[in-house]
Amino acid sequence: MKNYDIVIVGGGPAGLAAAVAAKKAGNDSILILERDKELGGILNQCIHNGFGLHTFKEELTGPEYAWRFIQQVLDLGIEYKLNTMVMDIAPDRTVTAMNKEDGMFQIPAKAVILAMGCRERPRGALNTPGYRPAGIFSAGTAQRLVNIEGYMPGREVVILGSGDIGLIMARRMTLEGAKVKVVAEVMPYSGGLKRNIVQCLDDFGIPLKLSHTVIDIEGKEHIKAVTIAEVGPDRKPIPGTEERYTCDTLLLSVGLIPENELSQKAGVEMSRITNGPVVNESLETNIPGVFACGNVLHVHDLVDYVSEEATRAGANAAAFVADGCKEEKPAHPITLHATDGVRYTVPSTIDTDRMTDQLTVRFRVGAIYKNAFVSIYYGDERVRHVQKRIIAPGEMEQVILLKDDLLKHPDLSDITIKIEQE
Amino acid sequence: MIEKKELTCINCPMGCQLSVELEDGAVKSVTGNTCPRGDAYARTEVINPVRTVTSTCIVADGDKPRVSVKTAAPIPKGKIDAVMKDINAVRAEAPVKIGDVLVKDTAGTGVDVIATRNIEKIA
Repeated sequence: MKNYDIVIVGGGPAGLAAAVAAKKAGNDSILILERDKELGGILNQCIHNGFGLHTFKEELTGPEYAWRFIQQVLDLGIEYKLNTMVMDIAPDRTVTAMNKEDGMFQIPAKAVILAMGCRERPRGALNTPGYRPAGIFSAGTAQRLVNIEGYMPGREVVILGSGDIGLIMARRMTLEGAKVKVVAEVMPYSGGLKRNIVQCLDDFGIPLKLSHTVIDIEGKEHIKAVTIAEVGPDRKPIPGTEERYTCDTLLLSVGLIPENELSQKAGVEMSRITNGPVVNESLETNIPGVFACGNVLHVHDLVDYVSEEATRAGANAAAFVADGCKEEKPAHPITLHATDGVRYTVPSTIDTDRMTDQLTVRFRVGAIYKNAFVSIYYGDERVRHVQKRIIAPGEMEQVILLKDDLLKHPDLSDITIKIEQE
Repeated sequence: MIEKKELTCINCPMGCQLSVELEDGAVKSVTGNTCPRGDAYARTEVINPVRTVTSTCIVADGDKPRVSVKTAAPIPKGKIDAVMKDINAVRAEAPVKIGDVLVKDTAGTGVDVIATRNIEKIA
């Protein structure tokens, strides 16, 4: 097996953008490993539009957005292997993978980019009572069936969870002739983007019931009905609020989990909040030369941000190789702290020597805040205080830190990002 | 008569909360937008709402059974059902190239339905 400098695990939006960036940064020895039979990842089944406004200044569908990057990968002559499963990543960056043509093979890579994406939270994680009949799908599975395979999962649909894929599928199933009866969301707010609530539910008169969940599933061979009830602030069902909906399909859109089995086996340090790797300013994990980007790092709402993040990871991986794979750790990294409503930040640490002139720090909040302030503290000193009309858990936020500014504070060891009411 | 309408901008994932002031059915002012697209969206959304329709068409002899499609431009919201009827009547044949026109002037909107991915022909 040929050796490569940079092995990219995953050929979805993150892997493609990382590959393009690493190549443009001057590395000519890149291999993408993709387990599906084509490049593009989840974008291939996301046939709706709304992708690419930030990257290409136009609104594209998922397949069109993927194609823009696939074309670059092809034009740049970047190598890739399809139908290939990565089995193991060793701490010394040896990647073990297999496929039908090559069998099992190992590549001792100089840098590895983790771009495995995420998967959907399954029914088993929800503890929903009732039988286990056919007709219960994750929203993404239904999306693949309808959009790629051309099958309709059912005609009378109830959706649990108001994540974006669930909202998109409410519209998609409606357009294909199904009756979507209700979308139930256990939280008092939707985890989906505003525009999806407007365009996918409001447009078709589909009710969204906040603070509601499924408390019973009926049907032994195939699902026949579900019972939905309102929940209190403790998320427990309120007796007397039960409503029964007959249906032949229940779609679950209840969250995405970064797919990090390989990262964990490699010994990558994980964040308990994001379920993704803990990374520094270069999007590098605790293992030198192992970088992470896209939904494997933290679940994004916007593919444009995935591409931007992956571009940085790709360029940084190329720089790591060009620099001779130096494994020394920074003497005095700045630690980023997320407090007071901010759940996490990506990255978690900053080495000012390696940071670019501008560094985008992304984060999510734990509740909805109206007219609150995003504040940045250098130590105890508040250096930024910006009011926002709305900050919501469903929409990723970002702040940009300037290298010049950090260099003016040579003793800085801690930066805190928090939400303040005034 | 002054009327006020609240809506959520759908142009981009920002989802700005827009306030539109109408005077005798004409837009007097738009506030809450953070870019010119928001202003333009609010003006059409209250007078003539439009949507881009995306779906799939059956394709014969392809490496996939369906090809994803979209209306090349947004169409009036009231025409969504008619556009879906056109899309569902299509029987495309592989190969299909991204951008290929699969329905001309769908539902009398003057807008074409085009392919959004490539489908290879299988022997």
